[in-house]
Amino acid sequence: MNAEPMNVSGSPLRDEGEVLLAVQNVSLRFGGVKAITDVSFDIRKGEVRAIIGPNGAGKTSMLNCINGFYQPQEGQISFKGQRRDRMKPHRAAAAGIARTFQNVALFKGMSTLDNIMTGRTLKMKRGFFWQALRHGPAMTEEIEHRRVVEDIIDFLQIEHIRKLPVGKLPYGLQKRVELGRALAMEPELLLLDEPMAGMNLEEKEDMCRFILDVNQQFGTTIALIEHDMGVVMDLSDRVVVLEYGRKIADGTPSEVKADQKVIDAYLGVAH
Amino acid sequence: MASASVGQADTFPKLLLRNGRERGARVAFRHKDLGIWQSWNWAEVTEQVRGFARGLQNLGLKRGEKVAIVGYNRPRLYWAMAAAQWLGAVPVPVYADSVADEMAYVLDHAEAVFACVQDQEQVDKILSIAERLPGLRHMLYDEPRGLRDYDHGKLHAIDAVIASGREDLTASPEAAAALEREMLAGKGSDLGIILYTSGTTGRPKGVMLSHTNVITAAEIGCQFDGLNESDEIIAYLPIAWVGDHVFSYAQAIVAGFCVNCPEGPETVIDDRREVGTTYAFAPPRVFETMLTLTMVRMEDAGRLKRGMFHYFLGVAKQHGEKILNGESVPLGGRLLYGLGDILVYGPLRNRFGLTKIKVGYTAGEAIGPELFKFYRSIGVNLKQLYGQTEAGVYITMQPNGEIRADTVGRPAPLVEIRIDDNGEVLYRSPSIFGGYFKDPEKTAETMTADGYVRSGDAGFFDEEGHLKIIDRAKDVGKLNSGDLFPPKYIENKLKFYPNIKEVVAFGQGRDYATVALNIDLTAVGNWAERNNVVYASYQELAGHDLVYDMIAEHVDEVNRSLAAEPLMGGAQIKRFLILHKELDADDGELTRTQKVRRGFIAERYAALVNALYDGSQAADISTEVTFEDGRKGVISANVKVRDAKTYPVSAAERPVPARAAA
Repeated sequence: MNAEPMNVSGSPLRDEGEVLLAVQNVSLRFGGVKAITDVSFDIRKGEVRAIIGPNGAGKTSMLNCINGFYQPQEGQISFKGQRRDRMKPHRAAAAGIARTFQNVALFKGMSTLDNIMTGRTLKMKRGFFWQALRHGPAMTEEIEHRRVVEDIIDFLQIEHIRKLPVGKLPYGLQKRVELGRALAMEPELLLLDEPMAGMNLEEKEDMCRFILDVNQQFGTTIALIEHDMGVVMDLSDRVVVLEYGRKIADGTPSEVKADQKVIDAYLGVAH
Repeated sequence: MASASVGQADTFPKLLLRNGRERGARVAFRHKDLGIWQSWNWAEVTEQVRGFARGLQNLGLKRGEKVAIVGYNRPRLYWAMAAAQWLGAVPVPVYADSVADEMAYVLDHAEAVFACVQDQEQVDKILSIAERLPGLRHMLYDEPRGLRDYDHGKLHAIDAVIASGREDLTASPEAAAALEREMLAGKGSDLGIILYTSGTTGRPKGVMLSHTNVITAAEIGCQFDGLNESDEIIAYLPIAWVGDHVFSYAQAIVAGFCVNCPEGPETVIDDRREVGTTYAFAPPRVFETMLTLTMVRMEDAGRLKRGMFHYFLGVAKQHGEKILNGESVPLGGRLLYGLGDILVYGPLRNRFGLTKIKVGYTAGEAIGPELFKFYRSIGVNLKQLYGQTEAGVYITMQPNGEIRADTVGRPAPLVEIRIDDNGEVLYRSPSIFGGYFKDPEKTAETMTADGYVRSGDAGFFDEEGHLKIIDRAKDVGKLNSGDLFPPKYIENKLKFYPNIKEVVAFGQGRDYATVALNIDLTAVGNWAERNNVVYASYQELAGHDLVYDMIAEHVDEVNRSLAAEPLMGGAQIKRFLILHKELDADDGELTRTQKVRRGFIAERYAALVNALYDGSQAADISTEVTFEDGRKGVISANVKVRDAKTYPVSAAERPVPARAAA
């Protein structure tokens, strides 16, 4: 069974799936501050990969490295087998990496629909001029994109807020809209930075459902940062644990949960 | 053969075929999906239902078997009813938000062999109770999302079933002829539908209605208000409720008007606006919510707008109803009202999606008179009707021009009403039910020997022949002092205030009346925002002293108005409290149609009820709550109890000097 990765038609081969993204010996410094020190792990195709750790462990920095917002000083990151040197966020996006933010980063004055539509920008082929005219091929294209966006709205069950400016929406819904925008890119790898922060129980459950549905229905690979251990253990296939910028554990949820180092880091038990 | 059936369209499938023939090109159903209104005309609907019926036949559905229908208002679920009826099977609509246990009871009791459901949520729910439903053979779903990887041995997409049925029919003329015969074999006296009552007390009961019952009921309504094929309604109330069944299914097919299914429960108001419905029905709660939302938004509006709004609402209060009723109004008043119509009432009606409304009904519960008058005063022809599932809905209705807030109107056409010795309303008509399914005992309790049905409501006819309902016959109680205690009457008075969402009154066999209430989170939340009151949850807001002060004022006003009515003065509220959680149907505190279950609440919150009577200033309580997925949790709180001022029952304390001469 554990020979070469013979991926059978995209079925979720959790343990033997091909590596979609590999992080090798990455270190990131801001001046004298070491945010990440010599971290290596990989994300396999089709899995839900969680990155956990106490505050300041370097989780968000890690995501920022992955989508090219930060340039690590050492080590390398390869996506779909290709090593990337100088990555820019827009190139990461074009390559199929989408993300949501810890603090919702939407266009507050724009409607839900328009916000999600911005996620389609990279897929639009007609230039600005044609789109401004909204005629001919540009119109056909817009209708096509709108259809995709409506599918996402339906998927996330946010029909009732389609035309409302997102700035007025409750936090939980804004998070959902942000997920919608990321989905609109039809990404291969979806990075979620604390998708459930600040949500109540019901909203969290909804969000979990959506994340699992995205993973199973679209086959999207997901990397997520989350503090709620219950959520992490339920959702993810594998977990990597960071502390003070170093990786202290990596494995299935049950392995990680039993790891003494993780218990110490999270629960603060005296040595 | 076929022509013989034309004259005698005595079942819904036959009526549907008639519509397909006579008004085939008119739009029959619309459903907003992916942001666009999809529509089907009567000819298309007929074909869909025909194919659906064939598909069900292929799956083995037989005459007399029951088909459960679970979901929100979707065209395909309404078609499922027609398709089942086509084969002589009986549809059994079930409340989509019932918890698994409730659903298991109904499906099991109804002996459902098929279930047509909306989506994955319902599929999961039914799968979770599958071992209690050995008779269930197949499940059909409308929305495929999330169901791809399920075992499709017994699970089918409605789309696919319809498509295969249609293919079958085009391929084989014999199959088509056989299907036609099945349809023609149906008679008006056949059992058409079983509607489970929401169960204010005890387990739900299955009310059996024949095609003739439902068609008669539909015709009563259509003739009474002149409904025809050009009308439009929006279907958004539970499909298991008799009102929705008669309005959105029966009347639509009888009169041939268009049924619009909204995108989802939250989008109803916007969707209604887009469609511009001409005919509407809603429980008072819906009208209440619309008004509350408007009032809340107006508080946030600019001063000019707000001033204009309040000024013209005053004008409307003075003249609006009289104008709608065709009474005489001074010219000045008319002009002012006309101006108000342009500036305020028109835009308001537009906001509510009521611009084109011909007639609107409120039913299900008594409506607060102020609320009722508000809608009428801005030019919406809102009327009340009094009905029950057992009656096939209609018992009394208000004819145009004879509309009063405090009565429910005259007996509907073909309905006879008698008042029993204990004040209970009894009724008889061609549309009354044939009995409770598998429950002859309950049927015997409810039906009298001469064919009248006991409504369970106490009421009387006023001098003009209008029926006035006081309360449930068994609920109108007495205080220890011997004074009348009408709980619902008190509750409705309080619920008129936008800040109050739900009220439960206690007092039966006690020394005085008390209430426990829920604040309305939208209204009070907005107030809190404007007054810098910080809160993190319903519970925290509900326990806030300033909120208590505000509610105390409302209670005080209600006591004044009760004191002004000699019969009700004894039932003034001595003490009250604000509950720490919202009453919820999932916890069994409300029925599925959102009525409070007083007895159950009294038991569940016994600690609080005791505190209302033992003079203590606060009480501890912890309650178990059920989340939507069936998990349970516990909420505990320390709930404060307040005393309220009562007034002597005398004319002097009346807030407005009126009625003395009347």
